[in-house]
Amino acid sequence: MPMPFHIHVTVNKADQHHDVEPRLLLVHYLRDVCGLTGTHVGCETSLCGACTVLVDGKAVKSCTMFAVQADGSSVTTIEGLATNGQLHAVQQGFWECHGLQCGFCTPGMIMTSVALLARNAAPSREQIAEGLRGNLCRCTGYSHIIDAVNHAAKAVARG
Amino acid sequence: MFPAHFDYVRPATVEEAVKLLAKHGDDAKLLTGGHSLIPAMKLRLARPQVVVDIGRIANLSYIRETGGAIAIGAMTTHADIEASKTLRDKSPLLAETASHIGDAQVRNKGTIGGSLVHADPAADYPASILALDAEIDVVGPRGKRTIKAVDFFVDLLQSAVAADEIVTEIRVPATAKTVAYVKTEQKASGFALAGAAVVIGPGGVRVGITGVAATAYRAAGVEKALAGQTSLTPDLIARASAQAAAGVDALGDIHASPEFRAHLAQVNTRRAIEKALTRA
Ligand SMILES: Cc1cc2nc3c(=O)[nH]c(=O)nc-3n(C[C@H](O)[C@H](O)[C@H](O)COP(=O)(O)OP(=O)(O)OC[C@H]3O[C@@H](n4cnc5c(N)ncnc54)[C@H](O)[C@@H]3O)c2cc1C
Ligand code: FES
Ligand code: FES
Repeated sequence: MPMPFHIHVTVNKADQHHDVEPRLLLVHYLRDVCGLTGTHVGCETSLCGACTVLVDGKAVKSCTMFAVQADGSSVTTIEGLATNGQLHAVQQGFWECHGLQCGFCTPGMIMTSVALLARNAAPSREQIAEGLRGNLCRCTGYSHIIDAVNHAAKAVARG
Repeated sequence: MFPAHFDYVRPATVEEAVKLLAKHGDDAKLLTGGHSLIPAMKLRLARPQVVVDIGRIANLSYIRETGGAIAIGAMTTHADIEASKTLRDKSPLLAETASHIGDAQVRNKGTIGGSLVHADPAADYPASILALDAEIDVVGPRGKRTIKAVDFFVDLLQSAVAADEIVTEIRVPATAKTVAYVKTEQKASGFALAGAAVVIGPGGVRVGITGVAATAYRAAGVEKALAGQTSLTPDLIARASAQAAAGVDALGDIHASPEFRAHLAQVNTRRAIEKALTRA
């Protein structure tokens, strides 16, 4: 058995210290060790984006990163977006525009969209679609998801 | 999908990493962005006993001008290359190429060094690295050496970098704006079925092709047909581009037949030359 590796990760602003197997993927660390099951496992093959979280502000597929690589980083999951019971603008956008049906892809869609809007506060529909190309949805046909992100961008701009 | 067990080490410097590779030999694998290695480890196509994570060696992530060249640290992510103002202003081909890789999440993790060493026949950078005549620095137990782009891609998934060596820097020349990368992608992953990178400069036209053969290559036939020509007419461009896969052993798989890949190489070469010219 390999040596466990000690990691310190800030997850949704809370300090987490654990000894983990080096082969533990970040998505399983978040779900099984930290108990944050909002991050979903869709394909396990780096394609669907359901597992997307923010690591130091950047959207990454947490099924394609070892937890040990996140040592010393700050991770934000879907559970970390709302503040004081107030949905994040992107969450609100998905709510208002029916940006989901079964909801399986939604945490990943929202995390990727949050990072997208942080880079580009007023994206075009084409830029939203391109920004979400690493996130697959089997239900919505994407149109309402683009509406939702657009809605969020406009809501933030209005302040 | 769990990779097999491994020991994880995180050296602070390139020198330390070189020592670790020398110590563990074939049992060790370098990890940077992990976006080729981790999928392979999940499928157990790769089972390293020791993973040497060099992804955090901070001074290997940079983009800076040095004389007439732009130097890029091996651990610079695709996203940083895509967004680099220095590259966009001075040598835009790599930034354009990076924007075509996978998706936003992949570009946030994957690195140029990892992509080059992985030498995937469908990766995007190899076409541009060849068209730019880039230089690649590697460091190993025998010291430092520089590999020219034309010597870098050896075979399917095999680069000229030895297992005990580490890529540290890639240098590309400053170029005119007359460059372009055009690819036809495999829809699910974004990998290239055929991608053509073109640099049009005072010295002539250089063309790199990826996705078509076991390794990316310089389209010598196209370059020869355009050599010494002062006026690149549509007719001349079309005739030259028809040579884009001449003499090449094209790959076939479920995504595209060899004939289709060769055809796409020709079409994308023509489109890339035309696109580059519009940027004059
Ligand atoms: C869903 C998905 C879609 C993708 N789509 C595309 C695409 O459209 N186009 C494209 O070009 N690529 C694509 N990729 C591949 C991606 O670009 C990878 O990031 C890249 O190939 C590997 O870089 P890395 O930093 O992740 O390397 P790693 O996976 O960490 O390493 C790859 C290999 O290189 C070795 N290595 C890494 N760094 C160094 C170094 N500095 N010196 C020596 N050896 C080193 C490692 O030991 C390993 O063998 C895709 C990947 C995924 C998961
Ligand atoms: S579960 Fe990570 S990309 Fe699908
Ligand atoms: S809402 Fe069902 S997969 Fe997107």
